[in-house]
Amino acid sequence: MHAPPAPTARLPIASDADLAWVRQQVRQAAAGLGFGLVQQTKLVTAASELARNTLVHGGGGHVEMTTLEEGAARGLRLSFVDNGPGIRDVDLAMTDGYTTGGGLGMGLSGAKRLVQEFTLDSRPGEGTTVTVTDWAAGLPSPRTGAP
Amino acid sequence: MQVAEHDTADGVAKELGGFLERRREQIAQRWADAPLFRTVFTVSRDEAVEACKAVVDALADVARSGRLEDVQAPGFAAVRDQLGRMAASRTQAGFSSSQIAGEVAGLREPTLTLLRAEFEDSSSEHLEACLLALTVLMGTLRLVVMETSVSAGEELIARQQLQLLEVATPVIKLWEGIVAVPLIGTLDSARSQVVMESLLEAIVDQRARYAILDITGVPTVDSLVAQHLMKTVAAARLMGAECIVSGIRPAIAQTIVHLGIDLGTIITRAGLADALAYALTEQGIVVSQGPAQGGSPR
Amino acid sequence: MSGLPATPASSVPVLALGDVLLVTLQGELHDATAEQLQDHISHRIAHHPVPVGGVVIDISGVEIVDSFLGRILAEIAANARLLATRTVVAGMRPAVAITLVELGLTLPGLVTALDVDRALSLLGRGPGSAAPAHPEGDA
Repeated sequence: MHAPPAPTARLPIASDADLAWVRQQVRQAAAGLGFGLVQQTKLVTAASELARNTLVHGGGGHVEMTTLEEGAARGLRLSFVDNGPGIRDVDLAMTDGYTTGGGLGMGLSGAKRLVQEFTLDSRPGEGTTVTVTDWAAGLPSPRTGAP
Repeated sequence: MQVAEHDTADGVAKELGGFLERRREQIAQRWADAPLFRTVFTVSRDEAVEACKAVVDALADVARSGRLEDVQAPGFAAVRDQLGRMAASRTQAGFSSSQIAGEVAGLREPTLTLLRAEFEDSSSEHLEACLLALTVLMGTLRLVVMETSVSAGEELIARQQLQLLEVATPVIKLWEGIVAVPLIGTLDSARSQVVMESLLEAIVDQRARYAILDITGVPTVDSLVAQHLMKTVAAARLMGAECIVSGIRPAIAQTIVHLGIDLGTIITRAGLADALAYALTEQGIVVSQGPAQGGSPR
Repeated sequence: MSGLPATPASSVPVLALGDVLLVTLQGELHDATAEQLQDHISHRIAHHPVPVGGVVIDISGVEIVDSFLGRILAEIAANARLLATRTVVAGMRPAVAITLVELGLTLPGLVTALDVDRALSLLGRGPGSAAPAHPEGDA
């Protein structure tokens, strides 16, 4: 049984103010899904890191926000999309302390540690998409094969 | 006559759908007094009746689609949530899923009575066919409810496990500005997370400058748990509190060294009492023995 | 870059409490505002009429600190240190602390306190400053 088509919001990432807006929207969505305070904070922080990456390294882009429903489980998926230069060496970019933007180099690797699911898709010259997903804690994951 | 149509399975199912639609009100009135609805929809009897009607409507829908035996019939989708809530509420009241299934089965009898009355004048074969169709449909409803009650039970267990975690890790105030968690038993990742969160919350609530993590009662520490301990210490420090880890048993110390984890930046003490003494001294608090005990000052 | 006159409206106020500068961060902080604050604090320390005894940054009203804001806080402290002034970051929330640690930012150079009172006594100011149990030097 699959979830009904989930509502999707699309937010632009083109300025400082957009970063703040993305943080607020993600916070609201996570709270609405019943995420605990710590999980909310982690997810919003990850979103902030990734949105800043989209802005600084990708030259701007957008984030797509999708609410997920699988059985009793509720989740939130965020896809950060840019059409920037892409990442030539993904493994290197995922290394702690690696930076090209004058930050602390914790953006990608740190964001990955803050969420449950993380995928990065990048093609040099075409852009980067980072997708993260978090599920509300305290509920069993969808049943796979109960009698 | 319409016999030809009546006696195909599809025709009977359609007719059953029509019956459920016509007798919606009466069925709902009878069901509303059954414990399954009465004890769940407690605001008013009307609320229970409305909930019953929703289920009757769903059954009528399923009957019209001819999928009497299909648990996945689209007709059930409209009430699946409601049935889930009902099952969850019965589960919380202490009923097992087979007891709940029994309650659903109990809805069949009043409906059959109405059906018999309605088809009094039909041929006995036709009545039999309709009764059988209704029995099958009610059986399917029972399965749908059982399915949701099983998952409601799982949900309850998950929630209780979480509550148990919180109960099992009490944070206690030892002194003004000093809190401690005595950890007993196996530490896994989930419990370490709860420990970290409740300790940090206690630091804020108690305005604690020192937090003691006592792991005397922890039999083993793997690398994940050791990392959690380190993270707790680091997070407390960011908040402006100092963490002291006490009761690291020799075997655990060895593991930690073996795992290549550097405890160098962490304050450790042999036992909870030593950790408390350290925290008191650091705050300039001197505890001395009362004069009644006499004794010589050391 | 903000020049000598009063800072723009959107910026964070820096209050002088005796010889201590108190900065209260609250809610959403735009990157530019944070960078501005960093310049502003250095400027205030350098041009304060009397030597500044310390900087207290109250972040109890801040819901998230990401690596950008983390870097800004660390740099404010580092700049202040160059100007012979100590910085204490006060009131970090538990969820923020857990997240920063998970993110990999333990900010080892930063002196922290539970709240502004504690921060002031850590700097040897305010009530109950009798004995700062933890002069930051002993780490």
